[in-house]
Amino acid sequence: MNEMQHNELVFTKSVLGRNIKQQVFFSLFRGAAGINALALLIVVYFLVKNGWTAISWDFLTEAPRDSMTKGGILPCIVGTAYLSIGALAISMPLGIGSAVYLNEYARQGLIVRLIRFAINNLAGVPSVVFGLFGLAFFVTWMNLEVSILSGALTLGFLSLPVVIGASEEALRAVPDTYREASLGLGSTKWQTISRVVLPAAFPSMITGGILSLSRAAGETAAIMFTAAVYFNKQLPDSIFDPVMALPYHIYVLATAGTNIEQTRHLQYGTALVLIALVLGMNLLAIVYRARLRRKV
Amino acid sequence: MKRQRKEGMIRNLFFAIAFVSIAILLLILFFLVKAGVPIFEKVSVTEFIFGKYWYPTASPPDFGILPLVLASLFVTLFSAAIAVPLGVMTAIYIAEIASARLKEIVKPAVELLASLPSVVIGFFGMVVVAPFLQQTFDLPTGLNLFNASLMLAFMSVPIICTISEDAISSVPPELKEASLALGANRIESIFRVIIPASLSGISTGIILGMARAIGETMVVLMVAGGAAMIPGSLFDPVRPMPASIAAEMAEAPFQSDHYHALFAIGIILFVFNLVFNSVADYISHKHRQVGAATL
Repeated sequence: MNEMQHNELVFTKSVLGRNIKQQVFFSLFRGAAGINALALLIVVYFLVKNGWTAISWDFLTEAPRDSMTKGGILPCIVGTAYLSIGALAISMPLGIGSAVYLNEYARQGLIVRLIRFAINNLAGVPSVVFGLFGLAFFVTWMNLEVSILSGALTLGFLSLPVVIGASEEALRAVPDTYREASLGLGSTKWQTISRVVLPAAFPSMITGGILSLSRAAGETAAIMFTAAVYFNKQLPDSIFDPVMALPYHIYVLATAGTNIEQTRHLQYGTALVLIALVLGMNLLAIVYRARLRRKV
Repeated sequence: MKRQRKEGMIRNLFFAIAFVSIAILLLILFFLVKAGVPIFEKVSVTEFIFGKYWYPTASPPDFGILPLVLASLFVTLFSAAIAVPLGVMTAIYIAEIASARLKEIVKPAVELLASLPSVVIGFFGMVVVAPFLQQTFDLPTGLNLFNASLMLAFMSVPIICTISEDAISSVPPELKEASLALGANRIESIFRVIIPASLSGISTGIILGMARAIGETMVVLMVAGGAAMIPGSLFDPVRPMPASIAAEMAEAPFQSDHYHALFAIGIILFVFNLVFNSVADYISHKHRQVGAATL
């Protein structure tokens, strides 16, 4: 073997080695990504497989019977709907307002950094701590009792960062030329925001609303001490009544009481309804967002 | 003139709304402190945090939360051991390796994983994973530290992944192109150029993912086993701080020592979150990637 051939061989070998290394790592990363998708599929698979048989028209439209060992989950569905829509009524205006200030009015500075820091912190405050806060502030101090209102306020504050994040993204996506054109025609800042920027951003702000709804609907720890009860004979009459809720119902059936094994199919059924609701809303948000992006 | 005044008022209104986030955070802190601090008339702060026995309903009661703090730290660390590699690798895959088409599948999958309600993951851990662990490893109970860490990992992976992916995607393409032009292949460019350039974002993601794990309630309430003891092994049942609050608040009489003690645990969780977020905030401001020249 002459020297040139030898050099060529070394070169080929090293390129080969490097390419093998690349392939190995790529497969590793691919595998990691696959595990996430797999985890999602496994959870959904088990819930569908075991929960499917529990789902029926009666299950969705009846109240629990025989100390919650039979019957349906209508009060829980109604309660979760009230709570998450109530939360949305609080988080939407506050969230969009905050995003408008941060994106349209504020100049970079200490105050803005503080506000952003507070938002990030709020997003990270454990839900059980929100629950404690709701118990001490709304339930006890404001004397709202364990009620839809207390729960909705707590959940509204909890999901505020989600709405702010999505609304800011929506505002950022509005091209500056829109603003400049409007200002150039002599409108004031507020006219520009209210007639040009917000209408343009509104469709994608809806995504934030949907995500906030789903976040509130799946939340358990924050409503444990503020809104939810084990069992309620009637549907709530007013926002000052406590309610049953899907996530809390799952928790109660699965951990408390003497009939844990006996009610397993009800637990699976309730969990299936909850994830169908939550994943459905998220899927809707994802698809809707993708369609909006394509339009721009 | 009138028009200007109106504009100013509107601006102030929006400022007030934006200020609500700060106000809520301060309110939370205020009410936690108000309801939590009375416990420190009964036990000192050191006794509370480093006390080894948590028997809040015994007489006389013991209010030592060390077992709960350690349980929280252990589940967080073990879940990070699983979630950090998984989350970062998935982020690299999405940002650098996946074809546009696969990206459209994996990214939503991660988002959907993030949206699973914690009570559902807790339920899954209870009825599917726990019996499996119990049989496979021949354990007295499948509800333990390991199971809780595993379930928590799947809650923090999406956070770690999303934030890391943002950071990796925002690395200027010139850097990667320069590396490729010098003869490095794609994986070498990823390890030597792209990861170092996005390290601050990745660290932020890891910190926030761990913050999520330490504060997560329903999962540890349902699958950690609930024993308020300092764990001796990975398969011992434990009772992390959030689980204690959630499980005991319903039984704790209003304004009792137990009630105050649970709020005091809330203060600790709040402070943990504040510290995690401050570190993340510091990292992302200090090492912000500005243009291509700061690698």
